[in-house]
Amino acid sequence: MQRLRRTMMFVPGNNPAMMQDAFIYGPDSIMLDLEDSVTMTEKDAARLLVHNALKTIDYGNTEMVVRVNPLNTPYGKKDVEAVVKAGVHVIRMPKTETADEIRELEAEIEKVETELGCVGRTQIMAAIESTLGVINAYQIATASKRMMGIALGAEDYCANLKAQRTPEGMELLQARQTIVVAARAAGIDALDTVYSNLNDMETFRKEVELIKTLGFDGKSIINPRQIEIVNEVFAPTEKAIEKAKTIIAAIKEAEKRGSGVIAVNGKMVDRPVVIRAQRTIDLAIASGILTQEELS
Amino acid sequence: MIEAAAAGMGKPVYKETNESKVTTPRWEYQTVRSKVTTLEEAIKGSGLKDGMTISFHHHFRGGDKVVNMVVGKLAEMGFKNLHLAASSLQDVHEPLIDHIKNGVITEISTSGMRGELATQISHGLMEKPVIFRSHGGRGSAIANGDLHIDVAFLGAPSCDPLGNAVGYSRSQNAKSICGSLGYALPDAHNADKVVILTDDLVPYPNTPNSISESDVDYVVVVDSVGDSSKISSGAIRDTKNPRDILLAQQAAKVIINSGYFKNGFSIQTGSGGASLAAVKYIRQSMIDQGIKASYALGGITAHMVKMHEEGLIERLIDVQSFDKVAAESIKTDQMHKEVSANEYASADEPGSATHYLDIVILSALEVDVNFNVNVLVGSDGIIRGAIGGHPDTAADSALSIIVCPLLRGRIPCVVDEVTTLITPGSTVDVVVTEYGIAVNPRRPELAERLEKAGLKIVDINALKDRAKSIIGNPAPLPFGDKVVGIVMNRDGSVLDVIRNIVD
Repeated sequence: MQRLRRTMMFVPGNNPAMMQDAFIYGPDSIMLDLEDSVTMTEKDAARLLVHNALKTIDYGNTEMVVRVNPLNTPYGKKDVEAVVKAGVHVIRMPKTETADEIRELEAEIEKVETELGCVGRTQIMAAIESTLGVINAYQIATASKRMMGIALGAEDYCANLKAQRTPEGMELLQARQTIVVAARAAGIDALDTVYSNLNDMETFRKEVELIKTLGFDGKSIINPRQIEIVNEVFAPTEKAIEKAKTIIAAIKEAEKRGSGVIAVNGKMVDRPVVIRAQRTIDLAIASGILTQEELS
Repeated sequence: MIEAAAAGMGKPVYKETNESKVTTPRWEYQTVRSKVTTLEEAIKGSGLKDGMTISFHHHFRGGDKVVNMVVGKLAEMGFKNLHLAASSLQDVHEPLIDHIKNGVITEISTSGMRGELATQISHGLMEKPVIFRSHGGRGSAIANGDLHIDVAFLGAPSCDPLGNAVGYSRSQNAKSICGSLGYALPDAHNADKVVILTDDLVPYPNTPNSISESDVDYVVVVDSVGDSSKISSGAIRDTKNPRDILLAQQAAKVIINSGYFKNGFSIQTGSGGASLAAVKYIRQSMIDQGIKASYALGGITAHMVKMHEEGLIERLIDVQSFDKVAAESIKTDQMHKEVSANEYASADEPGSATHYLDIVILSALEVDVNFNVNVLVGSDGIIRGAIGGHPDTAADSALSIIVCPLLRGRIPCVVDEVTTLITPGSTVDVVVTEYGIAVNPRRPELAERLEKAGLKIVDINALKDRAKSIIGNPAPLPFGDKVVGIVMNRDGSVLDVIRNIVD
């Protein structure tokens, strides 16, 4: 099963209680933050906490991401070293504008991995938070074979764009679409920005519905209460699941016969349809609608 | 023949008298205040002596004013060696510390205690250990004479001059409201003398009444019996704590898939954020599946009242109103019935409501690997809670669910052995934590049903290990050799003792 990234939950890297608890809410990914949620005076303490959290807490199958400080700050390289040593799955690069920044990060990662003898272990995702970053989205997405996804950071982007954020999100439309298209062209995931008003779950739901329609894999979230809504929106319909099950059954049947051609209800089924069907099944299992047993 | 019949029965024959009927209009009687007196006169008249037992209820919870007022007066009058038997004690009862030091109070029986009083008692303030009983256990003990009450001092938001008292008032002078007087009823029925304290003296007849004038000896009018705002806030509060929400959702899933979620089921919940929220989540399933509950029991909350008004719960059986909405509802709704502690949860009473209870959701300070629960003594060895109806409802219900976080800060809540045994593990069926659901091995059929529904069932030892892996092994508590508390089982046997804590 391909890893789902419906929800990536932001957890401040200087809050041990939240780091310890984050996993229980079942986000697909947890992003421990060393950047914006940590003040200058706490950078070193937070790095140590995040390192130890990654090494000691059993996060189960949750994907562990750490947002490091930019490499041109006094903290960035130390962050990379600490979290690679702790076995982080993904390093998230903030405010990425060019492919060179990703290559620079990759070199840093590789230095530590070489020392550890585990070259290639750590993946990279880039947060795109400026107009230049959006323009360079495809170059960033393809800058390294370690790239697993790109994400939109809307606050900085809007400031840079000289636009105000609105509930409808028209100002973000081009950035969102560019990021999804770039990610798809690069064969990696696309993640949407956070929604920070926790008292307005209705608008949050609408935003999740919008980004799902646009093709995003998931959304960055700031509170466990947002998880349920994202998962509900991303859960496939009964009809879609039935169709997907039929397609998957047809593949299995075709494999048994040794035939490479699959037909469902007299129609030829090609590869993208199969991939989509598999994703529907994965989502249905992750949403608790379908069990592995029911499938087999 | 009349004489013969009377002689046969040992009775006299009726003799006509010349006394004429009193012609006073009877409405004038309605305000005659024959039982109404001052607190001091009531105490004198009650025949209270040193060494006797006095009792109180805790329906005003943190807002209670009766205990401190009465014990203050008793101290002033020079009483010594009294046994204070309250249905429970709260932070507000801190002044009892001085009365204990001065020898006015030398024994305490209660369901629980908190705050400075509890801390000092845990450190050995009293010579005699405090006797802790569950609400049902207290009801039984009063009824069977184990706990004999000489004088009960019972606060009531309204009372007439004869002593008909109730937990709200219909008059314009109403000052307070607490709803059910369930914990006061065993005291009213069984105490040798009963003094009602009220802040709203209303004309006879104060009906419908909870406490009947036939049980009441004195009525004392005071400025205030309690601060109703401290029972709980009036509005329904939905918890926004994500961990409580998660626990509530899991508990709701357990209920819905337990096999007991059928039309006509009955339910009780605790007042904690998670169990209140659990009700919210089963509410939607009740609507979706067309299921109605026959009754909700216990501490009644605004949530329960709302579901009752929506037609989802047919009747409310209320030993204690947990908030103002519940207290107001008992005043206006005939299907919202007050019940005495005895009829609520006594093991001896065949008709007590807990015997007919399907599901109860309870909280815990600690649960151990044998499913034993502690709700009274903190992990620091200090008394900081109350037994309440915990062991009564766990024992009598068909399905008891404990909702408890695995960790509270740096304190593990699933442990090898509970600090103090309050509810035996044999009566606990399911433990819901944020790290998984554990089912008592005594209930394999339940585990099977929940697993079939896709819930993640874990071994309770795995939960304990997980807590240990995060927190490590806590140092043993510095207990001394003095017994400061005795926990009574609801059947009158001794369940556990609480030792003093040494700093």
